[in-house]
Amino acid sequence: MQVKTASFEKVNTKNTLTVSGAEAVIKCLLEEGVDTIYGYPGGAIMPVYDELYKYQNELHHVLTRHEQGATHAAQGYARVSGKVGVAIATSGPGATNLITGIADAQIDSTPMVCITGQVGSHLLGSDAFQETDIVGISTPVTKWNYQITKAEEIPEVMAKAFYIAKSGRPGPVLIDITKDAQFASLEFSYKKCSGIRSYKPVPELNLLQVERAAEVINNAKKPMIVWGQGVILGEAEDLFKQVVEKAGIPAAWTILGLSALPTDHPLNVGMVGMHGNYAPNMLTNECDVLIAIGMRFDDRVTGNLDKYAKQAKVIHFEIDPAEINKNVKADYPVLGDVKESLKALLELLEPNSHKEWHQQFKELYKVEYEKVIKNDLDVNKKDLGMAEVIQQINKQSNGDAIIVSDVGQHQMAACRYAKFNGTRSNVTSGGLGTMGFALPAAIGAKMAKPERDVVAVVGDGGYQMTIQELGTIFQTKVPVKIVLLNNGFLGMVRQWQQLFFDKRYASTTMINPDFITIAKGYHVEAKQVTERSQLADAVKEMMESEEAYFLEVKVEQEENVFPMIPTGAAVSDVLLE
Amino acid sequence: MEKKNYTVSIYTENNLGLLSRIAAIFLKRHINIESITASPSEVTEVMRFIIIVNVTEEQIKKIVGQLEKQIEVIKAFYHTDAETIYQETALYKIRSEDFLNDHNIQDFIKETNARIVTVTKEFFVIEKTGKRSEVDALYETLKPYGLMQFVRSGTIAVTKNEMPISGILEKFNTTNSLS
Repeated sequence: MQVKTASFEKVNTKNTLTVSGAEAVIKCLLEEGVDTIYGYPGGAIMPVYDELYKYQNELHHVLTRHEQGATHAAQGYARVSGKVGVAIATSGPGATNLITGIADAQIDSTPMVCITGQVGSHLLGSDAFQETDIVGISTPVTKWNYQITKAEEIPEVMAKAFYIAKSGRPGPVLIDITKDAQFASLEFSYKKCSGIRSYKPVPELNLLQVERAAEVINNAKKPMIVWGQGVILGEAEDLFKQVVEKAGIPAAWTILGLSALPTDHPLNVGMVGMHGNYAPNMLTNECDVLIAIGMRFDDRVTGNLDKYAKQAKVIHFEIDPAEINKNVKADYPVLGDVKESLKALLELLEPNSHKEWHQQFKELYKVEYEKVIKNDLDVNKKDLGMAEVIQQINKQSNGDAIIVSDVGQHQMAACRYAKFNGTRSNVTSGGLGTMGFALPAAIGAKMAKPERDVVAVVGDGGYQMTIQELGTIFQTKVPVKIVLLNNGFLGMVRQWQQLFFDKRYASTTMINPDFITIAKGYHVEAKQVTERSQLADAVKEMMESEEAYFLEVKVEQEENVFPMIPTGAAVSDVLLE
Repeated sequence: MEKKNYTVSIYTENNLGLLSRIAAIFLKRHINIESITASPSEVTEVMRFIIIVNVTEEQIKKIVGQLEKQIEVIKAFYHTDAETIYQETALYKIRSEDFLNDHNIQDFIKETNARIVTVTKEFFVIEKTGKRSEVDALYETLKPYGLMQFVRSGTIAVTKNEMPISGILEKFNTTNSLS
């Protein structure tokens, strides 16, 4: 990218530029194609912010209201665009406030680079003002981290950071830069990183493994696919769809795999796991071949491992060798890039339809429909249900919106009932279950795809954990839609208290503020729905609004999410009521 | 599954902070490290960690997977005692008085091939290099006489089989020579 700035760059004889460490940081970001970053200034990162001022036409810095918001916004940006999200903060509390978002990105394999300022290198270890050992603190939750104390290290380390964050199984990287390294100057030249000798991001595909897998699949009578976010991260959605269709295999998704295959695809049989659909959970323990693609057998997916798919041969397509046999033993592992391995698999698959087997999924769907879905969507029951609201969003968006959900009951309603036509449309905190994720993540998602509708679906608990990001929405005018499903409870915890703790509702009742007044205080258009009769028009008005919009919907207070696999139970012991 | 002593050998880049990244992998799984050493390896600029843990084979396989996943870990291996040649060193400090007055002590030292490192008026320092069990045996023998100080090193080990580190690094250099 050609960069024109007013800064004092001297061209030296070696065709490099003499710049400050701080300016080098910005130049590195531009070299990596970064256009938007999220952050919060402070003492130890001020030199970089001073350069941001000069580069404000090239690099859009979004001032969030809390550093956690910056990380979630960067995550939302990354999840929707496939690019590396960037967050920036100062030392000490600024840096520690990033940790939740970094941990979230680590467990959900989101590519992110976080840059933190650090006290001057002569002060390291002196317990200086706002000094914290952020490299030590972030070590267990980063894919890689590094502390820069010399300006000349900046280009190479930044190039490595982006390479590591994006390649192989993506993840967060933290780069801590001492203030003196930001002030010092260096001869700047940039070369993108193309390899690190101790790091092998993608295992080489062994065709023999694919051949074995294909043979097992071709001979299967009752095969079932469970796919995860790997399909999306590996940009293999089209190939995946072809595989599913050619082999005629019912395919179920993990929460992060959602939207890789359209919701209404005939072979999409729904979600697996704790609040997943009845059919794929039941039939996990009946299939003869379980084909896992880009997923990691999280405990919320498998329930009791001793009773998980014991009858099935397990084929595991995976990029990360450490995931093979970690939770579920893979009889036929296929290591490698999912695009490559699915391409090779597709050629070897014999066309099939598995009609009778697929019919079993349909029969069990009918059971779930009668026991759960019908009531969830019933417009004649007394109070408004969460699923009804999601259904209205589907109607207004035709399934083309990006839905960003927070964590809890509303998240399950959103993921179970939202309709998705295209990939990278579901953004949610899966592995870490971070309440407060959705509002800032929606900001990042909308900035990554301004042409698409972005709807944050939040609960009254999680919303208040990052509610201050309404200020970011107000300041940037980013037109995100916020739907608050307000049940006056920390609903998921309350559900567990009801089912497993004899209704002792310890600290789950929420005495809430006037959310409409708060939204209006931030100059965000706001409306409240208390009656079912107002819902359709209100959702329509929200979706048609050109600006940010907050819609609070008062929903039934003590609704429970079903189906449900109680902790420690088998997937086939899924409860419908 | 049976727990055993496993020797984990980790070849890494020589980078600040890697020790805590490696230690964190054990900490996260609540696994106690019995012994740890780090030193330059046979390959220039490559470090070698040797960590001894008492775990099941299933656990050690997963740990090695997590270790190899770290960016700056070149390769990690695990071995049983039978697959390695391993040694540790211990120093025992005892009162000169006890040593000179009790011939038993002198005999023990001779029998176990321990070595006297330092002699002063007040104390003797004895060094023993050998297997864990041998170091333990001498400790138990000398303990009744009142050890003034006792310290032992981490286990160091080499494997009976080849460690293909140079090959891995060479392969990287060849495939990336154009970039």
